[in-house]
Amino acid sequence: MVDPALASRLQFALTTIVHIIFPVMSMGLAPFLVYFTWKSIRSSDPLWERQRRFWTRIFAVSFVVGTVTGLVLEFEFGTNFAAFSTFAGELFGGPLAVEGMMAFFLEATFLGVFVFGREKVGDALYMLSAVAVGLGTWLSALWILIANSWMQTPRGYELAQQNGQPIVTLVDPVAAYLNPRFPWMFVHMQSAAVLSVALFMAGVAAYFLYRSSNGGESGDDIESDEVMESDEAMGAGSDSGVAAGETTTGNDDARFWRTTLKIALVVLLVTAPFQVVHGDSYARHVAETQPQKFAAMEAQYETEAPAALHLFAVPTDPSALTDPRAENLWTVDIPAMASVLASGGDPSYEVTGLDEFDGSPPVAIVFWSFRAMVLLGFWFVGLALWSAYRWRRGDLTTDRRLHLALMGSAPLGFVAVETGWIVTEVGRQPWVVQGLLKTDDGVSPGLTGTEATLTLASFALVYTALLVGYSYVVRRIILAGPPAVESAAGSRSESEADPDSDADPDSSPSDSTPTPEVSSDD
Amino acid sequence: MTEPVSLPLAALARSLPVDLPTLWVAIVFAFLGTFLFLDGFDFGAGALFATRADEAERERILAAIGPFWDGNEVWLVVFGGGLFAAFPPIYATLFSRHYLLLFGVLGALICRGLAPEFYEQREDEAWKRWWGRAFVVGSIASPFLLGTFVGNWLLGTTVTEAPVTVLVGFAVVALTVVTGGAFVALKTDGQLADDARMWGLRALAAYLLSITAILLALAARPAVRPALLEPVPMALVAASVVLGGSYALTIRRERDLLAFLTAGGLTYALVALVAVLLSPTLDPATGRTATEAAISPPALGLLTLSAALLVPLVCTYFAVLYSTFSGPVEAEGY
Repeated sequence: MVDPALASRLQFALTTIVHIIFPVMSMGLAPFLVYFTWKSIRSSDPLWERQRRFWTRIFAVSFVVGTVTGLVLEFEFGTNFAAFSTFAGELFGGPLAVEGMMAFFLEATFLGVFVFGREKVGDALYMLSAVAVGLGTWLSALWILIANSWMQTPRGYELAQQNGQPIVTLVDPVAAYLNPRFPWMFVHMQSAAVLSVALFMAGVAAYFLYRSSNGGESGDDIESDEVMESDEAMGAGSDSGVAAGETTTGNDDARFWRTTLKIALVVLLVTAPFQVVHGDSYARHVAETQPQKFAAMEAQYETEAPAALHLFAVPTDPSALTDPRAENLWTVDIPAMASVLASGGDPSYEVTGLDEFDGSPPVAIVFWSFRAMVLLGFWFVGLALWSAYRWRRGDLTTDRRLHLALMGSAPLGFVAVETGWIVTEVGRQPWVVQGLLKTDDGVSPGLTGTEATLTLASFALVYTALLVGYSYVVRRIILAGPPAVESAAGSRSESEADPDSDADPDSSPSDSTPTPEVSSDD
Repeated sequence: MTEPVSLPLAALARSLPVDLPTLWVAIVFAFLGTFLFLDGFDFGAGALFATRADEAERERILAAIGPFWDGNEVWLVVFGGGLFAAFPPIYATLFSRHYLLLFGVLGALICRGLAPEFYEQREDEAWKRWWGRAFVVGSIASPFLLGTFVGNWLLGTTVTEAPVTVLVGFAVVALTVVTGGAFVALKTDGQLADDARMWGLRALAAYLLSITAILLALAARPAVRPALLEPVPMALVAASVVLGGSYALTIRRERDLLAFLTAGGLTYALVALVAVLLSPTLDPATGRTATEAAISPPALGLLTLSAALLVPLVCTYFAVLYSTFSGPVEAEGY
């Protein structure tokens, strides 16, 4: 049997790593859904209603899975980390309760109106429900990150005793909840969520454009292969029948995906560079407030001034992977660069080494996760610039290499989020509340290794099934393609002019004519 | 430097005419009761799902709860959050003491939460059969395990103490069918509504029988009997009998909304009984009272202020949601 502390930590890691995918999907999709809803109400073009419905289906599934996996996390504080909950409950429990009352209710109740109520409520209330759902997802993150950031940079508390046990009490809510880490975390997280979903949308759109540019046939393959009966029955397009009708649908779908791609790329162009610049300042803030974490991120074992940046650092002895005092490193360095990063430009800045701290995080995990995240961040900027270049050149919807790159990058935003959280959470070990409580001291005292191992194994099974099931359902929704909607004003049909210029936000002249592969459908 | 913020909060906490820890016991149990009432009808509808073979009727049951259950489930989240925020040591000891039981609750809720969403995703029979089963199992297991948990909490036992706490689980399942029966009758018509009423009546009988057995078992325990014979618990028991009679009467006359609200009253009466029996010792296993376990007065004052601002807002959301989807549902699903 595994040690209860280790099993609890592994279980919490597992359940968090899986959970985070779904709120990222919800938070990232929320602004897009608000935009699509607004456009679908304002415009008679059915394109926007189709966009809204298609992405709402993915949102709804993500929300459900996010709720059940999030409930697990809330329970785990009590079941597995009872000592932590008792110690930090006064500071930590409040934000969780407020998250439920302020954010989660808003999101969950208006999601009912948003998903089921299009025909039942007026435009104003419908728009309000879209905004409420979006606001709910973001407020949820706000309160969860308030709770989390307090653990990273605890403020506004006092140490006290309750029934003979040490606890923290709240003395200054403003200092506690607007602690130094909070704004950094919130901005970085929300930007990451929008960036991840933009990449995901771009990847999905690129997939369909790639398929349809492969000659007209394969586009139809997707439909007949995977389409859902119920959606077909609902569609107005399907009753128009034969060849002409199908061509129209193909045209509409190509336009649908071009619009999706362009909107996603505009968002990517803004968020990807922002995330890199913001991440750089964020790292500096970490160096100031959690020097131990920064040292692990940079594998800085000893205090140095100037300190070099290790592009690669591998202990020559494998057993030293998690030993902070490993002496023999094989490294590729940039001299003084770690000092520059930590200080914001001063090459002689002293970077504190891990050997000055009591205990240390597993350096290899933090070091490599950090590098993976940074590398992905630069890749997203490159991808955004590449796409922008192609867009200007006018071959955005035909460049197959770009489409392949976008398809391959569709899940990478989520990977970057995961690695970022690993840096944040593993990097603060051995502390659960920085400088106040060690993680191992936060574990439930009565918990047995058998119990903890049993639930860990169950979660490994259930969460694997859950991920498989979620991916399967999302894949089906995607392959079924955008749902057909009742034509609002008859404007839907095969207008030769292809009102694409209405569709894209930064209308570029190159795309105002139908792309060759679509017109070759006839 | 920190005093300016905490002092007004402490003053606020002192100036309120009620004892804040007691108020928070009431709030936390009100959250639990609302969860058991609202998600209770979802659970009950899930149990009734098992009694229907016809696909169109099954779809109607799902369509009836579709817009609501996401929001309803949040009451469980705020119950956990409220208990954690106001009484951290109770939350911690209670949850870690019932370790495996609570993971059972989570498993059942995962099952129940995913099933309706996945059920709708494909048309083929095997897929629907399996997700339909998962929905039924999750809908019955969730209230059963939660009831067992609350039973253990009330009796201060560390292991599931058969048969009393198991009987509490059974009673809670019956109660959700009472509520769910009225809800399904309210939202549908024809044979489905008639059968839902019949199941509601049967479940009421099962509920009253099991509650009687539980009360007798509690009265046999010298540690609980004096608390049970106080006026307030006895009044709650009497109220349950009256509400049960009223439910039987209203559901027979097909006054489904009234029956549904009566079932809500039954639910709150049960949860109130648990809360009263737990006072002032919020955790009988450790003997810790609400006052001993509560967070500091300024923090509790801040929490009270947040709840005072937010709970009315939440009630508004629910009013919007329930009025948007009032009236019977069509057969179509999602």
